[in-house]
Amino acid sequence: MSKQIPMNRRRFLATTAFGAAAAATGSLAAPSVLRAQSAGVKLGLLHPVTGALSYSGTQGRLGATLAVEEINAAGGIKALGGAKIDPILGDAQSTPDGGTAEVEKMNSAEVAAIVGGYASSICLAVSQAAARYDLPYAVDVGVADSIVTRGLKNTFRFGPGFGVIAKTALDNLAAINDAAGKPAKTVIIVHEDSLFGSGLAKLLNAQLPGKGFEILETIPHPTPTRDFNNVVLKIRAQNPDLVIPANYYNEYVLLARTLLEQHVRPKGIYSVLGGAASSYKFLKEFPDAAKYIMDCNHWFDPHSDKALALKKKVEGQGQFYTYEVYMNYSSVNLVADAIERAASADRAKIIAALETSTFASHVMPYGPTKFVNGQNEGAAPVNTQVLDNDIKVILPPAFANAKAVFPIPA
Amino acid sequence: MTMLSPLIIVTAVLNGLMTGAVYALVALGLTLIYGVLHIINFAHGAILSAALFAAFFAYQKFGLDPYLAVFLLAPLFFALGYALQRFVIGPSSHGADRNMLLVTLGLAVFIENALLYAFRANTRTIDLPYGFKSIDLGFTFLAMPRVISFAAVFVVALVLWLIMTLTDTGKAIRAVAREKLGAELAGIDVAHIYATTFGLGTACVAVAACLLIPTYYATPGAGNAFVLVAFTIVVLGGMGSVPGALIGGLVIGVVESLAVFFFGESLGQVGIFLIFIVVLLVRPRGLFGASA
Repeated sequence: MSKQIPMNRRRFLATTAFGAAAAATGSLAAPSVLRAQSAGVKLGLLHPVTGALSYSGTQGRLGATLAVEEINAAGGIKALGGAKIDPILGDAQSTPDGGTAEVEKMNSAEVAAIVGGYASSICLAVSQAAARYDLPYAVDVGVADSIVTRGLKNTFRFGPGFGVIAKTALDNLAAINDAAGKPAKTVIIVHEDSLFGSGLAKLLNAQLPGKGFEILETIPHPTPTRDFNNVVLKIRAQNPDLVIPANYYNEYVLLARTLLEQHVRPKGIYSVLGGAASSYKFLKEFPDAAKYIMDCNHWFDPHSDKALALKKKVEGQGQFYTYEVYMNYSSVNLVADAIERAASADRAKIIAALETSTFASHVMPYGPTKFVNGQNEGAAPVNTQVLDNDIKVILPPAFANAKAVFPIPA
Repeated sequence: MTMLSPLIIVTAVLNGLMTGAVYALVALGLTLIYGVLHIINFAHGAILSAALFAAFFAYQKFGLDPYLAVFLLAPLFFALGYALQRFVIGPSSHGADRNMLLVTLGLAVFIENALLYAFRANTRTIDLPYGFKSIDLGFTFLAMPRVISFAAVFVVALVLWLIMTLTDTGKAIRAVAREKLGAELAGIDVAHIYATTFGLGTACVAVAACLLIPTYYATPGAGNAFVLVAFTIVVLGGMGSVPGALIGGLVIGVVESLAVFFFGESLGQVGIFLIFIVVLLVRPRGLFGASA
C-alpha cells in the first residue's frame, strides 16, 4: 500500500508545474516575497482605448508597447541588471474619471511610473491623481498648458503644449499667407468643446487679430458629434478665406467630408492640431477630402533613421503611423532612459532623473531636451500639408520636404 | 446679416429633414418593440452598432453596395432579432416586463463589448464612388446618400404599415399589442408574435445602418448616439405608432437642426429634450399614440 502523503497547499505548489510557473510569475496571492523575486520594473500605460477617443488611444497604446518590446529585447534596464519593463495596460475609457480610476489601479499595482493619457482633459485629471502618490507621470500627447503649469512635481511632458503650438502655427500661417501675397483675411474656427479645443480656440482668438486676420465666427461642438451639415452651412453662409479646425479624429473627418460634399472650398483649411489633418489613415480613406489640407501638429523627424524604421515596423503590422504612436514611443523611451539613469525603480529618483533629462535618442524633430517645470523646452510642432497623395512637411525649413501650396488651387 | 437669409433657414430645415429621416427609422424599430412587447429595448443602440459593422464588412469584404446590402442584412437581422427575443430575452425574463428591461440592458453591454473585442475601436468608414455626389439646388447641395436615405425611410415605413394592416401576422401583432390575454385565448402564439415584432424592429435598425454607413462610421459605440434621440421620438410620436415615429423623427430632425444652427452644437441638443418635456407635459400619449 502506498504511503499517503498529506497534501497541502505548500506541497502542491512545490511539486507541480503549476506551482513552479506561478512562483516564477508571482501570480498567486502570496504577496511581497514572490514579487521581490520578479525583477521587472512596472510601467503603467494609460490610454483611452474605448469610447469616443478609442482610435487615438489604441494607436497610443501601440506606440507605447512597441517601445517596451524594443527596450526589453535590447536587454531591458541595464542599470538594474537587465530588468525588463513590465507594462501594466490601463483603459481611460475616454473620460477623466476613467483615467483617475486607472491611476488608482496602477498605483496599487506598484508601478514605477505612468505614461499616457492622450486627451488634455484626461491628462489633467491623471496628473493630479498621480501627484497624490508622487507617481512620475509622462504625458504622451495632451497639449493643454494647464497640465504642466500647476506646479505638480511629478508631471512631465516631452511634446509641446498648445501655447507654443498656437504661436508657431500663427507665425507660420502669417508667413505662408505673406509669401502668397496675403490672399487670406477672414477666418472661421471650428473646435471641439473640451479642455483641448476650448483652450486652443481661446489662444487663437487672442492672437489671430494681431496677425491681421479677422475671425468671423468661432464654432464649438461636442465630442462626439454625429453631423456637421449645420456647421458647414454656417461656413458656407459666411464664406471665410480660411477654416481653422481643432478637434479629434472622427469629428475632423466628418467635417472635412461634409465640406467636400457641400462644395465649400475656402482658400485654405489650416488646422491647428487638427485631429485627422496629418493622418495617414484619413489620407488613405478619403484622399479627395484630404487634399491640400494644412496642419500644425506633432510629427516625427523625417531625417531620423529610427523614426523611419519605426514607421516601417508599424505599417508592416497593417497600422497607420500616426502621431499617437511615435509620441508614446518617445515618451516611454524618455521614462526608460530616466529609470536607467536613476538606476532605480524608486519613484522619487525617477522624478529627479526626469528633471535633469537630456534624452536625445528619440524620433521627434525637437531641439535639445530640457525640462523646465515639467515642460520640455525643446519640443516643437511642425507644419504639414497633404500634397501628391502624401503628407509633406512644409515648415520649419530644417525638416521640410516640400513647399506650401496656398491658396488651394481652384 | 446673411445668417438669417431665408435660403439658409430652408437649407437648415432640409438638413434636419434628411437627418430626421434616419432618426425616424431607428425610432420605428423602437416604437414597434415598445408598442407590442411594452419594453424599452435598451439593446437597440448596440444592435445598430452591430448592423453598422455588418454594413461596413458587406462593402469592404464582399464589395456589396450598402443599398443592395439592405436586402441581405434586413432579413439577416430580422432572424437575429427573432432568435434574440425567442431564445434569450423571452425565456430569461420569465414574463415580467421589468426583467426584460434588465435583460436588454445586459445584452447591450454584451454586444458592445463583443464588437469591441472582435473589431477593436478603429473607426471604420467606407468611401463609395458616388458617396460625394450631390444634387445642386443652387443655394445648397444635397448629398446623394442622404437624399436616398430620406426616400428609403418612407418606403420602409410604407412597407411596415402594409404589413401591419394587410397581413395576418400584422393583424396578430396589433391584437397582441392591444390585448395580450385575449389574443392568446384566440389562439395567437404570443411568443412567436413577440419574436416577430422584435425581429421587425431589428430589421429596421439594419436598414438604418445601411443608409447611414456611406456618410457615418462604424465603431462599437456608434449606435448609442442615435438611440437617445430615438427614445425622444418614440415619446413624441406616440409609443407603438408607425406614422408617429415617422412624423416625430422628421420633426425632431428639423428642431435639432434649427436649434443647433441658432444656439450652437452643444446647446442646440437641448432643443430635442425640451420637446421631450413639453410633450410629456402637454400630450403624454404623443402625437399619434393610443389613449391609455
